[in-house]
Amino acid sequence: MSTAEPAAGGAAPAAPSPAPRRRARRGAGRAAAWLPGLLLVSPSIVLIAVFVYGMIGWNTALALSDKHAPIDEGSFVGAENLIALWQEARWPAAVANAVVFTVFFVGGALLLGWLLGLLLEKGIAGEPVLRTLFLAPMAVSFIATGVVWRWLMNPAPAERATGLNALFVHLGLDFLVNDWWTAPNLGMAAMALPAVWQLSGYIMALFLAGFRGVPEELREAARVDGCSEWQVYRHVVMPQLRPVTLTAVIILGHMSLKVFDLIIAIAGKQIVADVPAVYMWTMVFDVRDPAKGAAIATYLLLAVAVFVVPYLVWTVRKERSEGR
Amino acid sequence: MSGTAPGADRVIAAGGRAAGTTRRGQAVKFAVLLALAVLFLLPMYVLLVTGFKPFAEATAGRAWLPPRQWSLQGWAAAWEALAPGLWNSVQMVVPSAILSALLGSMNGFVLARWRFPGADTVFTLFLFGMFIPYQAVMIPLQQMLVSAGLMGGLFPLILAHTVYGIPICTLIFRNYYAGIPQTLIEAARVDGAGMLGTYARVVLPVSAPAFAVTLIWQATSAWNDFLFAVFLTGPNSWPVTVQLNNVAGSMVVPYNQQMAAAVLASLPTLVVYLVLGRYFMRGLMAGALKG
Repeated sequence: MSTAEPAAGGAAPAAPSPAPRRRARRGAGRAAAWLPGLLLVSPSIVLIAVFVYGMIGWNTALALSDKHAPIDEGSFVGAENLIALWQEARWPAAVANAVVFTVFFVGGALLLGWLLGLLLEKGIAGEPVLRTLFLAPMAVSFIATGVVWRWLMNPAPAERATGLNALFVHLGLDFLVNDWWTAPNLGMAAMALPAVWQLSGYIMALFLAGFRGVPEELREAARVDGCSEWQVYRHVVMPQLRPVTLTAVIILGHMSLKVFDLIIAIAGKQIVADVPAVYMWTMVFDVRDPAKGAAIATYLLLAVAVFVVPYLVWTVRKERSEGR
Repeated sequence: MSGTAPGADRVIAAGGRAAGTTRRGQAVKFAVLLALAVLFLLPMYVLLVTGFKPFAEATAGRAWLPPRQWSLQGWAAAWEALAPGLWNSVQMVVPSAILSALLGSMNGFVLARWRFPGADTVFTLFLFGMFIPYQAVMIPLQQMLVSAGLMGGLFPLILAHTVYGIPICTLIFRNYYAGIPQTLIEAARVDGAGMLGTYARVVLPVSAPAFAVTLIWQATSAWNDFLFAVFLTGPNSWPVTVQLNNVAGSMVVPYNQQMAAAVLASLPTLVVYLVLGRYFMRGLMAGALKG
């Protein structure tokens, strides 16, 4: 990941030269050397400890309590709330919606982003303009995106259609007219469209960097060995893109599981498009049940942590081993 | 660490390597790209065309046609509805972006160049902070602010964006400072400069690009945030995203005003993107550890 001028980005070796490291290892005797550094970071350490880890701990305690109204004292009840969620109708439906959304959003953005990267990687007329255009949706909020797409995906039937349905009718493509996000089964797939529109430019940028990071000599060598251009991609370029793909999946996946703004902007709190984050919001503001809200939040955290924690450990380790 | 190649933004900008592509291949590619570009532009076309229609014309029948009569009605109404929110957003975005960039710069310097035992563990624990669903801290955060009497006004939002912006800012600065030659740091040490002296005299003067990246990234994220805003602010301090959602969510607001409002709310970040795209891009690449 490139950042800025001097940083050659990438697996940015936080390369501490051997000198300060040795000093650090010698421990207390040399503490004078590193202590000022620790002091300078300590305000942030305290803030992160309190606002990230402290709050997560507090939230977990709430989730394991019976504080079902803001004025309740709340005592420990174990996993009761976490289990109870699965016995109602709304929660499993919300989870299923989030899963469908995630499959189509992650899959769609990954495919479209990869395709855009592939088409652009060798350079083409107007490339800077195209890149700027594809990436532009990243600069706006999900709320603004939602405002337009709610209009575009208006589910009104053909005779009073607006948005894309109206466009389909104008173009004589009536068979394409559909219920969009209000469809009972795959409505969440339509809901993923605006998210794909917004994020695929970002994924394009990641893949573009990945494609162009493959050394030309590698491709040339494969061509000399008689590989067709297709085989060069298949056997030389694509395998090199695995780390980028993993990164893209992590980014998209963790955004997707906690999707909130976009749903609110398009569907509000309508149950057909319910997802865990919206459910949690209604628990806090409408039902006013802190324990249940916290239980939902706990599931969101777990869903993200399950794949982000191994990823973080893996990247930091990889960086350590490459950074030398 | 994202798995992207080194110097990604410069690599991306490099372009132009046509080996192994035929003329016809180029033409097909260009056609596909053009078609995709049109699809990408559809929502933007709708925003502008609808925004410029007078109230009477913002109807289903003429949805995709350009306005017969160009009008600023929608824009005037949208401005009236959003002005307080725009101002709240500015007041919230500026301090929180500056504060997290400053903290990130100090952290990045120490974690890259003035390390202490356990620095890597601290860094990893920081990084996790940028992936957490903020829902997982929201209820306690709200309760804490309420019981501390700090709820109300923009303070809760500034606090949240500053604190939860620390991880990404630290990451960006750390990677940036890793590129400063260690010999420069050592030279300052030999000259008797302490940590703060080294930071102020050697590191800060070359930090402008990294500040540009973090400030733009933080300002954009905070401007576009909706989650913290609905949980932590009340009607008088709603930022522009909440007000936009209210405008759009109301059944009585005509489409021309809704679309104009969406453009108005997005304009500041879009302009920053178009003018300072290079830095925006670097933030995105650094944020490959973030979403």
